[in-house]
Amino acid sequence: MREKVAFIILGFATLLVVLPIILTIFYIVRNGIGSVTWEFITQPPRNGMKEGGILPAIIGTIVLIIGTMFFSLPLGILSAVYLVEYAKDNTFTRLIKLSVVNLSGVPSIVYGLFGFTLFVGFLRFGTSILAGSLTLAIMSLPVIITATKEALESVPYSFREISLSLGATKWQTVRYCVLPYAVPGILTGTVLSLSRAAGETAPILFTVAAFYLPRLPHSVFDQVMALPYHLYVISIHVPNMPTELKFATGFVLIVLVFLMNLVSIILRAHFRKKKLW
Amino acid sequence: MCRWEQALQKKISEHIIEACIRLSGFLVIAFVFLIFLFLLKDSLSLFGVYSLGQFLFGTNWLPVSEPPKFGMVPLLLGSIYVTVGAIVICVPIGVASAMFIAEVAPTSIKHILKALIEILAAIPSVVLGFIGIVWLGPFLRTALNLKTGMCGLTGSVLLAFMAMPTIISLSEDALVSVPKTFKEAAFGLGATRWQALWRIILPSASSGIIAGVMLGIGRVIGETMVVLMVTGNAPVIPVSILQPLRTLTATIAGEMGEAVSGSEHYFALFAVGMILFIITFLINFAAEVFLRKARK
Repeated sequence: MREKVAFIILGFATLLVVLPIILTIFYIVRNGIGSVTWEFITQPPRNGMKEGGILPAIIGTIVLIIGTMFFSLPLGILSAVYLVEYAKDNTFTRLIKLSVVNLSGVPSIVYGLFGFTLFVGFLRFGTSILAGSLTLAIMSLPVIITATKEALESVPYSFREISLSLGATKWQTVRYCVLPYAVPGILTGTVLSLSRAAGETAPILFTVAAFYLPRLPHSVFDQVMALPYHLYVISIHVPNMPTELKFATGFVLIVLVFLMNLVSIILRAHFRKKKLW
Repeated sequence: MCRWEQALQKKISEHIIEACIRLSGFLVIAFVFLIFLFLLKDSLSLFGVYSLGQFLFGTNWLPVSEPPKFGMVPLLLGSIYVTVGAIVICVPIGVASAMFIAEVAPTSIKHILKALIEILAAIPSVVLGFIGIVWLGPFLRTALNLKTGMCGLTGSVLLAFMAMPTIISLSEDALVSVPKTFKEAAFGLGATRWQALWRIILPSASSGIIAGVMLGIGRVIGETMVVLMVTGNAPVIPVSILQPLRTLTATIAGEMGEAVSGSEHYFALFAVGMILFIITFLINFAAEVFLRKARK
């Protein structure tokens, strides 16, 4: 009897977590989907953002995702390769591990401040795609490193021994006998971290985001609009903003982020099926 | 001769690649130091013209008054109020959900629940802030009969949800990794499932659960957009969580755009960033210590 009551309480707590998630999604979808027309996703905003679409914000977010990936993927993978394949158990290695833990805990707004002083100010990139991508890339590093590390560690040790015994060098072993088998894990982690970067607002506030810029970027030194920042701007700073457009923007942002998560889930499932050992 | 050249070339390229890999590892450390250095440099510029004591213990944050005052106590208290509120909401609910998912729910339901919690982790914070403005704020205002719905409590509730995925997944990991023999021994002595869960499994998993809670706290203190959007932006010493207040993070996000580069105000915001950096560093370090303990 007591057991039953206890389990019901636990179930109720779970419901308290799960139900709001479903309701939130449902609420955004129901109020947003009606205003998401072809025009909305293919036109720039007009009339002080109160009419028209959000194309520049969508393009801006996609550009930032690509820029972030460009910097964080090679750096993240190489660092993880170092930690798993090359590192000896010494102070330097421990310092890297501690740094990864520390980077994952730094608040996103502090990344924003850092990107602002280093990339925008000190390196003179200005408020630009380059500065924003670099800031987001450093923020995404810990997730990519952790995912890559786990993926590399799950490749059986015998693969390396065989490759080395056949006379391959260390890098050849890593390149041809370890990395290919770690690709699924790396991809899953990368897509997940990029989806998080796509939804972040605080790091891009002062490094790249433009309040209102109804044209598309021409170079990496341009500012861009971004979906999360746009949603923030129209919900706080634009008076008399039509509510449907706010919901529609939120809807597009959620769809983009969920699509990326879906890709990562499908990749994971697909590669798991093909796993050979 | 030709083979010898090839071998040399191979050796050189091997060295170059190894150097790149080592450099990447080094860069990760460098970023942490750079973040620290750049924050420190601009924070120290403030303390050349403004006293550290007044910054740390001053009770007024008036950046545009004459003379300006940069006392961070109201902001720190704002952060603490909102964080404590969030933790009070999310720790019991989160740990209970983790217990349900780990030990009670049948496998099929378990997968659905885990997927839903992954979805929650994926929702961008700005969307939750928006929900706070259009729905939760007005709802709490009428439900609790407040002057405004844009207050600490609205922020706490939303932040509690943002911390949920961290707390639930780490607690669940900790509960599942308790050796099966513990449970079997408890059953052998005549314990019910609930007794085994409550008296044996939960205490054994405590280190992992504490680590999850710590990381959740770190996430809540560092979260910016939700608190910027829903807590009412009032940099005054909060009397209760039902009033508008402002956190450390929201102050940086809200004022950086107006602060003139190189002004006292600008440096003061970096000093606030430095405080945040130190707080989250300590919390994450503590969480890591608990995680290591849990793994043993």
